[in-house]
Formats: sequence, structure tokens, C-alpha cells
Amino acid sequence: MTTSELGHQIRLVLNEGGTLPVDATTLKDGDDLYAAGLTSHATVNLMLGLEERFDVEFPDRLLRRRTFESIDAISAAVTELLASKKAA
Amino acid sequence: MSTEAQIAYRNELLAHGLLHATDVDGLYARSGVFEDIALGIAALVSRNGAAEKPEVMRFPPGMTRGTLERSGYLRSFPQLAGTIHAFAGGDPEHAALLATLDRGEDWTSGQKATGIAFTPAACYPAYPIVAKRGPLPADGALLDVQSWCFRHEPSLDPARQQLFRQHEHVRIGTAEQVLAFREQWLQRGRAIIESLGVPFDVDVANDPFFGRAGRMLAANQRDQALKFELLVAITSKEKPTACCSFNYHQDHLGHAFGLRTADGATAHTACVGFGLERITLALLRYHGFDPKAWPDAVRRALWG
Repeated sequence: MTTSELGHQIRLVLNEGGTLPVDATTLKDGDDLYAAGLTSHATVNLMLGLEERFDVEFPDRLLRRRTFESIDAISAAVTELLASKKAA
Repeated sequence: MSTEAQIAYRNELLAHGLLHATDVDGLYARSGVFEDIALGIAALVSRNGAAEKPEVMRFPPGMTRGTLERSGYLRSFPQLAGTIHAFAGGDPEHAALLATLDRGEDWTSGQKATGIAFTPAACYPAYPIVAKRGPLPADGALLDVQSWCFRHEPSLDPARQQLFRQHEHVRIGTAEQVLAFREQWLQRGRAIIESLGVPFDVDVANDPFFGRAGRMLAANQRDQALKFELLVAITSKEKPTACCSFNYHQDHLGHAFGLRTADGATAHTACVGFGLERITLALLRYHGFDPKAWPDAVRRALWG
């Protein structure tokens, strides 16, 4: 998956569950999602939505605020999880 | 899991008649001596906050089921919540109940949920009352509350009771107002426990959120330093007991209960809680089982 395709998929997940009060397609990859209105409880739904879409499971060490702070950060985490899934 | 040290301390408390055990772990009767200490602590906390003239509210152990539902507690702590059920049948159901009871079988399955849930934290019942008044005045709201609380976590650790009391101060207002309040009470909490001659530490903490989602909520809470605890080594230095907590809820409860500031924005909230049983247990641990023999300064702090 290309980086832009990954970013597009992540935006779809962000828009799916009403996770954000704004349209995720208007956000830049580096924008702070918490500043854009992402709450703690919404982060949980975001994590579950990402796991479903990419068929991955976030390990405990990634269940942190920083993992979901921007589309860039989420891309990095998902890329890592997809790579380790491929290797397994 | 209860440790040997916790069970040993529990046995000492029972042997001195300070607590009376029941068939249910974590459910105790208190002696007059124990109660005098707990009430002394509550009065000491109230005196420390009296200058700002908080509104006083005292709650029974139950609150409305709707308050539990709106608070988000079931989302975060389903394992700790308790609801109150009662008999709601007629004569046939009564006969069936008695027959089941006589057979020694489980008679509780026919009980129906009432509109009451146990209160899990002393501040919860206050929020809908304040919200009902409409937007807050410009200086927000400040409360001095106390409640019996229930958390379903049976344990032989005397510091982990299922029914216990929290004495709290609660601030509702703008983010600046509630953060200033929490800072003020972090200082006061230290001073209060210092005046009781009990050694302690203050550290960032997280609530026992449930499940996988909970691990993430806990990490978020720590990352943002939303919760601090004042910890006392009652039965263990490695795993000290939280005797006070200093919590910033951001606008989570403001959203849940529709709390509004004077300009119509969602209010932020913070609460500082003192565990009356836990502080009592800390005092008994550090000063002995006979309060008459405690240091004068500690006795004066509690009882004037």
C-alpha cells in the first residue's frame, strides 16, 4: 500500500465512526488530531476501527496517546503492524 | 490477590475490635473508635476547604441508575459497578421465592432492577443536581461532598473495601478554574496528611479502566497527568495505598451531564477525594491501635 493510499484509508476510518468533529479529508498528515477534537474515548473507537480495516492488532506498547496523535503517526504504526504481519 | 501483610493487618484490626468482618470479603462493621477517627478526618478536610464556602452535599450510598448510565462509568469500569434489585412480584412470585429460598437455591434471579444504582464515587450524584440549575455563575461551582461508595472488588485487604466513604471537594467551571483548584488541593492534601504524621508520596496515577480499551484510556490518563494520588505505605512499601486522589476530568463529565459555564461552553470538572477508611487505616498503622496514645498534634488535628 502506498503512503497516500494508507492516508486515505486512515481518513476513511476517522470519518466512519464520527470520531472527529471535523471532516478528516480536510486534515494534513501532520495535523494534531487531539487539537482537531479527538477525545480519549474516541481514540478507543479509532483503534478498533483501524484494527478492523487493516486486520491488525495493536500491542500494549502502542496503546498510547502518541500512536494516534496524527495521520502520520497512525500511518507509521499501521505500516509497522502490517510489516510484522507479513513477516509472521 | 491479597498479600500476607494485608491479611495480617486485617487480623490485627479484627483482634482489636476496630473492624468486624462479615461473610463477604471487603464488607465490615466499624467500631466506635474507628468511626471517631473517620469522622475526624472528614471534619479536618471540610475545615481546610471552608474558607471558600463550598456548598455542602451529603449523599446516601445510592444514586439514580440514569446518573450511572450518563456518567460513562459502565463504559470504563463495568467490573466495579453495582445496581440495586428488588422483589417486584405478587403472591405467586412470593410463593416461588420462598420455595426457592427453602430449597437453598438462588432466589435472586427473579429480582428486578430498581431505579437505584450504587454510587461508585462521591462526586457523581452532584453533577446532575448542579446541571439542572442551568449555566454556572461566572465563578463556577464548588462543593464539599461525602458519600458511601460501592465498588465490586472483594478482597481481604482491609484497605480495599466494597463499601467505603469518600469525602471530596468538587470544582465545576472553566479549565483554568478547575486546574487552579486541583493545584490548590494538591498542596492542601499534602499538608493535611502531613499534619496527621503519616509519611506519603504523591505520584501520577491511572484508574483501573476495564479491558483492552481500558489499557489505552489508562495510558492516556497518565500521559496527560489527569490523575494524581497521595500514597501511603499501609501494608507494603512497594505497593502503597492511594489515600487521596486529585482528578481532572477535562470536559468529560461536563459533556455527560450537560454542565455549562456562564458563557454557555461545556464546563470542566475536577475532584479531590479523601478515602476516610484508608486514611483511618493509615493512622492506625503508623500511630497504633489506641488513639488515646497518639501524638497530641495528631489528636488536635483530628478532634481539636
